[in-house]
Amino acid sequence: MRNVWIICKKELHSYFVSPIACLLFTFFALLFGYFFWTGVYGFVYLGMESQMRGESFPMSVNEFLLRNLTGNLSVIGLFFVPLITMRLFAEEKRSGTIELLATSPVHDAEIIVGKWLAALLLYAGMLLLTALNYVWLFKYGNPDWKPLAIAYLGLLLQAGALLAIGTFISTLTRNQIIAAAATFGVCLLLWIMAWVGEFEYTTWARVTSYLSVLSHFETFAKGVIYTKDVVFYVSLIFLGLFLTSRSLESLRWRA
Amino acid sequence: MINVQELTKKYARNTAVDHISFEVRKGEIVGFLGPNGAGKTTTMRMLTCFLSPTSGTATVAGFDILDNPFEVKRRIGYLPETPPLYPEMRTAEYLELVGSLKGLRGPELAKRTDYVLERCAVADVKHKVLGKLSKGYRQRVGLAQAIIHNPDVLILDEPTAGLDPKQINETRDLIKSLAGDHTIILSTHILPEVEQTCQQVIIINRGKLVAIDSVSNLQHRARGAGSVLVEVAGRNGSLDAAQVQRSLEQVSGVSRVLATRTGEDRAVFEVDGNNDRSLRADLARAVVQSGWDLNELRSAAVSLEEVFLQLTNADVAGNSSESPTEPPESVAAKAEE
Repeated sequence: MRNVWIICKKELHSYFVSPIACLLFTFFALLFGYFFWTGVYGFVYLGMESQMRGESFPMSVNEFLLRNLTGNLSVIGLFFVPLITMRLFAEEKRSGTIELLATSPVHDAEIIVGKWLAALLLYAGMLLLTALNYVWLFKYGNPDWKPLAIAYLGLLLQAGALLAIGTFISTLTRNQIIAAAATFGVCLLLWIMAWVGEFEYTTWARVTSYLSVLSHFETFAKGVIYTKDVVFYVSLIFLGLFLTSRSLESLRWRA
Repeated sequence: MINVQELTKKYARNTAVDHISFEVRKGEIVGFLGPNGAGKTTTMRMLTCFLSPTSGTATVAGFDILDNPFEVKRRIGYLPETPPLYPEMRTAEYLELVGSLKGLRGPELAKRTDYVLERCAVADVKHKVLGKLSKGYRQRVGLAQAIIHNPDVLILDEPTAGLDPKQINETRDLIKSLAGDHTIILSTHILPEVEQTCQQVIIINRGKLVAIDSVSNLQHRARGAGSVLVEVAGRNGSLDAAQVQRSLEQVSGVSRVLATRTGEDRAVFEVDGNNDRSLRADLARAVVQSGWDLNELRSAAVSLEEVFLQLTNADVAGNSSESPTEPPESVAAKAEE
């Protein structure tokens, strides 16, 4: 457990020493700021319109604003995950530092979980930046915080699953660009797989759309925790980390 | 301290290490010698549990590398060919990271970090970023990380590769000063390094063990296999070199005579054979009794380098039919692997 933390600290350190964390934070904050601004603008506009039409029932901030915002976040998460995970193992393999880790009295599982945890913490840090925007929302409006918290739990779970897959892909190459490109491809596939379920109702279509990461996020965005969705994400995390450990072990045979 | 039994590593197309067995006693420095691509790095990687052997096994500090890799890893310090440095870290920070990965904690970690910073002469770059250090410093930081947890066994893969002569000397002295407390295996393809630092030499070529002996024995063997230079002069201003060659060839124990320089009245021959004292005496007698003058008679000095080439080439000749890997390059060429 202690070793997990040592590895995790080391990874976070290199994220923040290199410009990568800084760049990710900047662009994430910019993108979200833009989503937030257009979202609020649209919400206010709609509100005024419905008032003019004389509709009296109040519009829910959660339903009309936050749900869209968190939905957007889950999509742009797909674009950020490859950038976070690409270096995790590829860089160690290229620079030879993997030899240091593999010949230290540390279990493979500790290395893998440490690295994945660092990636997840970095992503959580990015999500934390969005709080800056919500401060104003809570000051001038009265949204319900509980569905928002659940949506963020969903975002973390979804990112955890994608990051685990990215970590695995990073062990397969010593080239960070390849790792990033492949992870990005897989992330996109996992997103668009949901689309087939919208017009097809055969078994294979249902299975395909079930496997899509984004379709499991929808319930979280509504502020509902379904066990089946939690189980889906958690098992994807385990699958990703398990594949990583297999891949790392195979290095001992072929490196 | 280290006991290697029939260690073998096969890759898809070739055998990198082929049934190697040897033993290293506590406190010794052993030189692991071979041309590029001989299997040195692979053997070291197996001993450090970075690679798993295809067959055979080894024990390091009493623990089996297959059954107990965790205990083995605790007891070895390893410096790979390129020092495993994180370029964005600072020297002291990095050493603390390695120390904690090796299981050091709290005040002990701080104490050991300070100690290795001094010991490897890197204290002056303590707060510098590793990526900006010169090659010599990088290598020394690499050594520092290998000894930080005071391991029983040190495995150093080409510790002096790419350094300038002054740095090479400093690194050698450092390694020599580490012996005694640590058992050291170091690999190299630079022979003077072995002559200067090691007590024991293990020579491998194409994955096979060629020789394992002490440095002095190998040098002795070198002299035994060497040739003799004979300079002969004619008494009346002329000399028939061919005739001299014939009579030298008839001396018992001579296997080959080569005229290296012939002049009007003198000639130099290189005589190969069983070079002990009686051969040289016999040669002298043969020359004088035939009525020529003997100007010079000496053994051609043979370096470890030549023994090495002899040993590895003999091995290649014997195995030319198998393992179609790249041919061993000249050992003297200090090309990077």
